[in-house]
This record gives sequence, C-alpha cells and structure tokens, in this order.
Amino acid sequence: MAGSMQFDLVSPERSLASFQATEVQIPGADGDMTAMPDHAPTLTTLRPGVLVVKADGGDQEYVVTGGFAEISPAGISVLAERAMPKSEVTAADIAAMVEAAEAVAAGKSASELDDANKAVADVRALGAALGL
Amino acid sequence: MPNLKDLKNRIESVKSTRKITKAMQMVAAAKLRRAQDAAEASRPYTERFNAVLGGLAASVGGSASAPRLLAGTGSDQTHLLIVMTAERGLCGGFNSSIAKLARSKAQELQAAGKTVKILTVGKKGRDAIKRDLGDLFVGHVDLSGVKRLGYDDAAGIATDVLARFDAGEFDVATIFFSAFQSVISQKPTAQQIIPASFEADAAESTLYDYEPSEEAILADLLPRGVATQIFAALLENGASEQGARMSAMDNATRNAGEMIDKLTIEFNRSRQAVITNELIEIISGAEAL
Repeated sequence: MAGSMQFDLVSPERSLASFQATEVQIPGADGDMTAMPDHAPTLTTLRPGVLVVKADGGDQEYVVTGGFAEISPAGISVLAERAMPKSEVTAADIAAMVEAAEAVAAGKSASELDDANKAVADVRALGAALGL
Repeated sequence: MPNLKDLKNRIESVKSTRKITKAMQMVAAAKLRRAQDAAEASRPYTERFNAVLGGLAASVGGSASAPRLLAGTGSDQTHLLIVMTAERGLCGGFNSSIAKLARSKAQELQAAGKTVKILTVGKKGRDAIKRDLGDLFVGHVDLSGVKRLGYDDAAGIATDVLARFDAGEFDVATIFFSAFQSVISQKPTAQQIIPASFEADAAESTLYDYEPSEEAILADLLPRGVATQIFAALLENGASEQGARMSAMDNATRNAGEMIDKLTIEFNRSRQAVITNELIEIISGAEAL
C-alpha cells in the first residue's frame, strides 16, 4: 500500500480542507478519476459532482461545482468555485444550481448549447446521485 | 464676544459629534478585522490559481490559437475602466484617490485618441467622476445591499464584463481599486485584467498531463481568472475602505477633542469676565453711595 499525500481543497472564499489522504476520487470533466500517491502530474477541470477523499481517519465527501484539480506526485490541490461537505447540501441548493445552469443554457447560441446542456445534465445527475 | 449660552451649546454639539466619530472608528476597526480575515482566507486560492494559470499561459501563450482573453483582440482602441470604490463616504481620501487615478488614466487615454468606457462598482466613485466623465459610463454595479462580500458578487461582475468583451465592446479592461498596505496607507492601483497579464517567473517547470486538453483547460480557466482577480480586488478594497475610515475617524475624534478643549477655555474665560464685570458694577455702585 502506498503512503499518503497532501490533499487541499480550497474555494475562493476560504480553505476547506487540508490533510493527508490515501486516495482521492475526482469528478473530472472527461469522467471520474481516482488519484493515488505518486500520480503523474495532471491538470483536469471539474464538472459538478462528488469528490471522495479517503484518509486514514475515514472518508470525506464534498460536493464541488466547477474549478480544477492539480495533481502532483506529492499531493492534490482541488480549486473549486464552490465546495461544501456533502452532508450540508440540501435539495434547495441543488434546485438553485439546476436553475442557474438552465438560465445559462437558455442564453446560449447553438454552437455553445451542447456544453451548456451538459452542465445542466451534470447538475441533475449530481442531484440524483445524492438522492435529493 | 459669543455669549455663554452659545458657547455651551457649541461644546455640547462637538461632544456629540465626537461620540459619533468614536463609535464609527470602533465599528470600522471591527469590520477591518473581518475584511482582513476574508482577504487572508482567499489568498491560497488566488495564489495557486495564478500559478497554474501563469504556467498554462506561458506554454500556450505564444501559439496562434491562444484564446482572445489571453492574447487580446489584436487592437487596443477601446478601453474599459472598471472603477471600484465604496458604497459609503466618511472614509478620508479613499474614494477620491481611486477616482483621481481613474480620471487621470481616462484623460490620458482620451488624449492618445482611444475610446474609453467606464463601469463603476460602488456609488461613491460613480458620484465622484460623474461630472467629468459621466457620458462615458456604460454600467454600474450596486453592492450596497451586500453585507458580506462573496465570490458570487465578483462572478456576477465578471460575467457582465465577459459578456461585453464577447460582444466586442472593448479591447482592454483595467480595474481600479485600492491595495491595502496598512491601516494608515492604502495605495490606489490600476491592474489590467483583459488581456490577462502574468509575471514571467510564474512559468511552471512541471510537465502536466492535461485533461481534457491544454487549450480547453485554459479556455475554461481564463474567465474564472477574471472573476478571481475581481474578487481579490474587491476584498482588498473592502479592507482598504475600513482602514481608511478607521484612520479618518480617529483623526476626526482627535480634532473634536482639541476643539472641545479650546471652546472650554473660551467658555471659562467668558464666564470669568462676566463675574468680574458684575463685581465691578457692585463695587462702583457701593462707592457711588
């Protein structure tokens, strides 16, 4: 079993978490990925989803929307536009996010509509995954 | 010579003014602490964001396919000045120094034959430059209802700015705000945000794998970078405003104290003069008998 790595989760307003983790599951824009210590340096953007962090002290789950993750052999930094512990997310939060994504999609021209629709679908899937 | 009653009223009035300025100073001190904490808390995000973006920009920047937010539109004819000030006054030279910097920059650009557009954030700055440059205003963001500055507020401004950029309304955007140095010193600052500029030494040596692609990530991050820079500037401005208000109110409190001392001396002198006068009248009255 490989050792542990530094995990940081920061949002523009504050730093949410910083501790040693053994495994991090990231909702990447191109699909979920799991990073373990000594991962090759990678930069990936995030889609709205659940970030699962496995550590010796137990698992932590966060809901993140937008932003990116910077993976290096020594650690992972997740810079999320909005992030909150999974237990604090309510149905109202999800509804607001769906509404915001739909509002963006409504204003888009045909060429950008696919991306916007994907964002709406991502948020809906997130809500379904959480059972809200 | 003012009579005793007038002087007394005057002293009372200055005393109540001093009470108000003292209270404002203490409120500003408490708010300053909060504003500084908020600025502190946002720093890790901003620093890492800029480091990653800087590295990406350095590797993609040279290519012809670089996004317009980074490479610019190829012209610098139309400038958008985003002037960020406070919603309230009574904070010394805070608002006017930002407005002054923005005004001189606008006039300099106009003298060079450029088109200038102004977007104001905060009521006081708008009022300050309205007379000279009012016809250049293209928009105003009102933050007076905002109690705690959040990232959403900055993202809202950024969305507005980016929509204007996409519509081809301007080529270069610059934000004006006050950088917080200390309670007694705030520096009005101009910072160009579109096209994005990064320090050359921000380039990262690590070779990353990119998912999806380098260009796609950059295209996703650059608009966020605008919001991040605006957010950082707003927080900095918040701390500066409270710092400026604190020192301005401290000065006002001290001036009021000095004024009270001076008026009290004058009051005592007048009272003494009145007593002496009365005594003279009594004595000369007694002598006349």
